[in-house]
Amino acid sequence: MTRPISSPVRVFDHGSTFEDAALRRQDGDHGLGMRRRKIDGHDKATGRTLYADDLSFPGMLQAKLKRSTRAHARILSIDVSTALAMEGVFAVITGNDLPAKYGIIPWTRDETALAVDDVKYIGDAIAAVAAVDEETANAAVKAIVVEYEDLPAILDTETAKVTGQDARTKVNPFAKKGNITKGVELSFGDVEGNLERCRSEGVVVDADFFFQGTTHAPIEPHCAIGTMDERGVLTVISSTQTPHYVHRDLAHVLGLPEALVRVVQPPVGGGFGGKSEPFTLEFVVAKLSMITGRPVKLLYTREEVFYAHRGRHPMQMHYTVGADRTGKLLAVKSAIDIDGGAYASFGMITAYYAGQLLTGPVAFNSYAFNATRYYTNKPACGPKRGHGSVQPRFAFEVVLDMIAEKSGIDPIELRRRNFAGDDVLLINGQQMNSSGLIECLDAVRTASGWDQRRGKLPRGHGLGVACSMYISGTNYPIYPNDMPQSGVQVKLDRSGRVTMFSGASDIGQGPGSALAVIAMEELGVLQDHVRVVLSDSDLTPVDLGAYSSRVTLMMGHAALEACRTLREQVQDAVATIWECRPDDVLLGHGKAWHAKDTGKAMSTKEAFVLAEERYGTLGAVGGYRTRERGGDYRGGTIGASPAYSATAHIAEVKVCERSGRIDVVKVWVAHDCGRALSPVIVEGQIEGSTYMGIAEVSMENMLYGNYPKYGETPGPDHVRAGMLLGPSLLDYRIPTTLDTPPIEAFIIEKPDRNGPYGAKEAGEGPLHSSIPAVANAVFDAVGLRLTELPFTPAKVLTALKKQASSSSKAAE
Amino acid sequence: MLRMDPFLTETPTSVDEAVALLAAHQAAGRSTKVIAGGTDVVPNLKHGLFDPEVIVHIGRVPGLKGVVDDGGHLLIGALTTLHDLSVHPLVQQHASGLARAASLVAGPQLRRMGTLGGNLALDTRCLFYNQTYFWREALGFCLKKDGSLCHVVAGGKKCVAAASNDTATMLLCLDAEVVLQAPTGRRTMKLEDFYVANGIKNTVLEAVDLLVQVRVPKAASRRFEGYAKLRHRNAIDYPLLSVGLRVDVDGGVVSAMRCVVSALQARPHKLPCDAWIGRAFEHRQERQDVVDGLKQLAFAKCVPVKNLADDVVWRREMVRVLVQRAFDEAIGEAS
Ligand SMILES: Cc1cc2nc3c(=O)[nH]c(=O)nc-3n(C[C@H](O)[C@H](O)[C@H](O)COP(=O)(O)OP(=O)(O)OC[C@H]3O[C@@H](n4cnc5c(N)ncnc54)[C@H](O)[C@@H]3O)c2cc1C
Ligand code: SF4
Repeated sequence: MTRPISSPVRVFDHGSTFEDAALRRQDGDHGLGMRRRKIDGHDKATGRTLYADDLSFPGMLQAKLKRSTRAHARILSIDVSTALAMEGVFAVITGNDLPAKYGIIPWTRDETALAVDDVKYIGDAIAAVAAVDEETANAAVKAIVVEYEDLPAILDTETAKVTGQDARTKVNPFAKKGNITKGVELSFGDVEGNLERCRSEGVVVDADFFFQGTTHAPIEPHCAIGTMDERGVLTVISSTQTPHYVHRDLAHVLGLPEALVRVVQPPVGGGFGGKSEPFTLEFVVAKLSMITGRPVKLLYTREEVFYAHRGRHPMQMHYTVGADRTGKLLAVKSAIDIDGGAYASFGMITAYYAGQLLTGPVAFNSYAFNATRYYTNKPACGPKRGHGSVQPRFAFEVVLDMIAEKSGIDPIELRRRNFAGDDVLLINGQQMNSSGLIECLDAVRTASGWDQRRGKLPRGHGLGVACSMYISGTNYPIYPNDMPQSGVQVKLDRSGRVTMFSGASDIGQGPGSALAVIAMEELGVLQDHVRVVLSDSDLTPVDLGAYSSRVTLMMGHAALEACRTLREQVQDAVATIWECRPDDVLLGHGKAWHAKDTGKAMSTKEAFVLAEERYGTLGAVGGYRTRERGGDYRGGTIGASPAYSATAHIAEVKVCERSGRIDVVKVWVAHDCGRALSPVIVEGQIEGSTYMGIAEVSMENMLYGNYPKYGETPGPDHVRAGMLLGPSLLDYRIPTTLDTPPIEAFIIEKPDRNGPYGAKEAGEGPLHSSIPAVANAVFDAVGLRLTELPFTPAKVLTALKKQASSSSKAAE
Repeated sequence: MLRMDPFLTETPTSVDEAVALLAAHQAAGRSTKVIAGGTDVVPNLKHGLFDPEVIVHIGRVPGLKGVVDDGGHLLIGALTTLHDLSVHPLVQQHASGLARAASLVAGPQLRRMGTLGGNLALDTRCLFYNQTYFWREALGFCLKKDGSLCHVVAGGKKCVAAASNDTATMLLCLDAEVVLQAPTGRRTMKLEDFYVANGIKNTVLEAVDLLVQVRVPKAASRRFEGYAKLRHRNAIDYPLLSVGLRVDVDGGVVSAMRCVVSALQARPHKLPCDAWIGRAFEHRQERQDVVDGLKQLAFAKCVPVKNLADDVVWRREMVRVLVQRAFDEAIGEAS
């Protein structure tokens, strides 16, 4: 893997340059930007890491959930008496035991841990059992009898639009109007006027797109353990990405002071957004442990992970985009229907993101979008890697390809011409300080042989390009407050060790390693001398969680602030002994060095001893808050970020015209992450994102039974309506290594003034453009515009046949 | 994690002991289930599809593993793993299509656990059946287990779950025989007679029977054999469709020909190929003529039903494509 393609000369804060870095790279062990092992890599590879389900406590009970077998129904009665009487059953709870409503977004608290009056989808939780073991708990769950009165199941946005006026067809009573969670309509500039202009002298593309929706499929299923001690302190250990919000909602739902709740996040086996909010299991283990006085564990089955879902929303999108003769984009207009599932989750934000995150790195002069999220009787959708913006990006980037085709401009050139630029205010009022789009496009263009190959390959074989941007955290926290979004506390002492305390969530993406890199860079310690303590609300400062690609930027700043305070103390203490200026004391490679006198050096341990002698116990804190807010209108803060990444993909595909199968043969991807603190991790994120995007194009197929349709008379097998067809990793296919093409990843570093060392996100952005790049490559290969994801062989073959018959008609 | 209901386990160390144990438990009114590699039985137990009181684990019975050549046949022990089968020199030499079919089952771990006997006795599969108890309950269950209606064929009174075993398709093409051991003795039957068109149970295996050996007759003349499997992923996935093909050629003409299409319904579908006997099969065009005819026949006869999530129209289209692929495989022109 090559990196970096176009690296600006980096200037380190304490004056060393890229050349020094190259020197340091040779020893392979130090500071920023070096290729090194993740701090948790070895334990994970050897099976030492203890995930939530690996933990066990004396007397621990196992919990299981009774779930709804109906897509939409009123609960007439729940009989738990048999279950409760069973030997080994300690407690059974239902919705009335946990009636408080919660939800990640404070304005849309629309769910309860267990269903209270009605069930909203097949799999909705109704009751919970705690028993001596899983077998007993399962038997007790089977013994719970629920009586339902079926209600019409609302399974798509078309139906949701015309229902919800009465209680029987309202999916979630929280909806004020019909079945709408949230509607957003925003407009910037003279869209209609511009479209008019383009129609007369330019091109206008009108097109419909459908993104079916996908799920995260982290390999670790959700798991939580609750326990309450003698003092009344409730501890919940949970495989969550957002321990802080779990903490707040646990206190709220259980009626406990936040000070009596402790949330511990063990290492998490993948999240991708699927563990970004409080879930039924956390409330249930808490409540059951309070009732039984014993630790209680609940591990979701794979099927239950599908029901917890919060995955990518299905979106029906219409785009109208106009460009002038030179390909300059003048107007973009979209209308988007979002299929939300039974609960709001982050849905209010999703509706905004569907429009707000499209305004760069390719810019346009005017913009209007109208996005509405509807409730439906299916597992709730939410944030999946690239929350809210992957679907519109797919549509928009395909539209760009259509414009390029119509105007006879090379697709890469079209994007270059419309590049927003650096340090610009985007059309929706959001400030983008830096964007490496051009460098990204150049990198993939060269590596893929675009100029020589695109449009020139034999039929069935093609190349496609697409690009995107993504946020590095949001300026505005989920609940309005002026406190830091991330805090870090650092302690160092005479042992030579540095301990970093942070509430950041490590879901595999590596904040622990980022903290270690910062400690190494700032304090000169060796990697193995850094300890990282993550995410235990009793021990670590607050961090809002692993979502919106916020961690590196926000936690990074907080860590930098704390480390720099300590560095000054260490430099100062050593300078006193060496009788030099503190600036002349350099820290690196486990040593303090004299900048001007190479004979002088001491170990960091000795330096820390000097500092401890001089300043007493050593510790410092840092915190990150955003100063900017975003556009000055309602919703203008949503999607406003301190820094925006940029990505470009080129995909090479082969389309088999006999089977309709699309083979992605190779992908080139370049991503501007500002500054790679750990290049190996950044590459991993770029590759993983690309892999995930390609999976969404070609395989992941989230199908629900939809018989009978709304208004039809149910037949004897009517319960099929709303059933997720195949909630398992056998039926819901994610690619194996054999199905993953070679991915060539390039790190582009265009530092952003708002990022720590210039760093921006790398975890979500590199997913977006992989999908439209494949779609555009299919067009290059066989001249088909595929607009409905996923591109299953069945759909592709049908489209190919249609193409063949219409071209043979044309020939007649 | 999904759990299994409790059961008693028996681990016999000989074939006789195994069948005696099966018979004894059956006689005492206890339901039994044989388990070899367990790669089908365990998931099915977790899904509540089987509810035996006694599991008879035959994995440790000696003498049921390996491949020998008795001159006229390959004799393959029922406990031979799919991995061993796929790499065995005798199998590669005399039944290359079988080696290939075995190599395409599931993934490497499962092929090292899964046995040939287990593959032949694999339970039929259906989107509405191979699911958890909860899911099937929400569905209202189905004919094959716990319920009374079929979700594939509206109003259907017969289960049409799909035979999904890769090796069976190919072994049927090779005119294989199976040797069954019962408490009353051994019997040998054609594999063709082993399968019946009933999705609830698609074999004639009785609860007290043990499949001990598979006999594959060796080719008497030049043989072409090929196997093609339709799946989305290049590992793990069960077939969405599978085609086995064998053409024996003697004196430049077809002397025997078999084509089996499976993963359609409960019984692998054997296409009538006798019409091609005596047809020239030397030159490229002659061969292509044969396969073109075969493709037409297969398309006409094989109509997939909605027992899998995939589009049935597409699966049907793919019948022709797979016949061509099996043919390309057979004549060594795999694309
Ligand atoms: C994820 C996954 C993917 C799979 N993909 C495929 C695939 O692509 N193609 C495919 O063909 N299979 C597939 N399988 C199924 C399975 O792995 C194979 O069919 C394997 O060969 C079964 O062998 P086993 O020894 O594990 O069978 P077991 O599970 O032990 O038994 C299967 C059945 O055979 C019976 N049985 C086993 N041995 C005997 C015997 N000697 N006498 C009488 N009855 C016996 C058992 O009672 C049981 O009913 C897959 C399984 C999994 C879990
Ligand atoms: S074919 Fe019908 S009866 Fe058989 S398993 Fe499928 S749904 Fe059940």
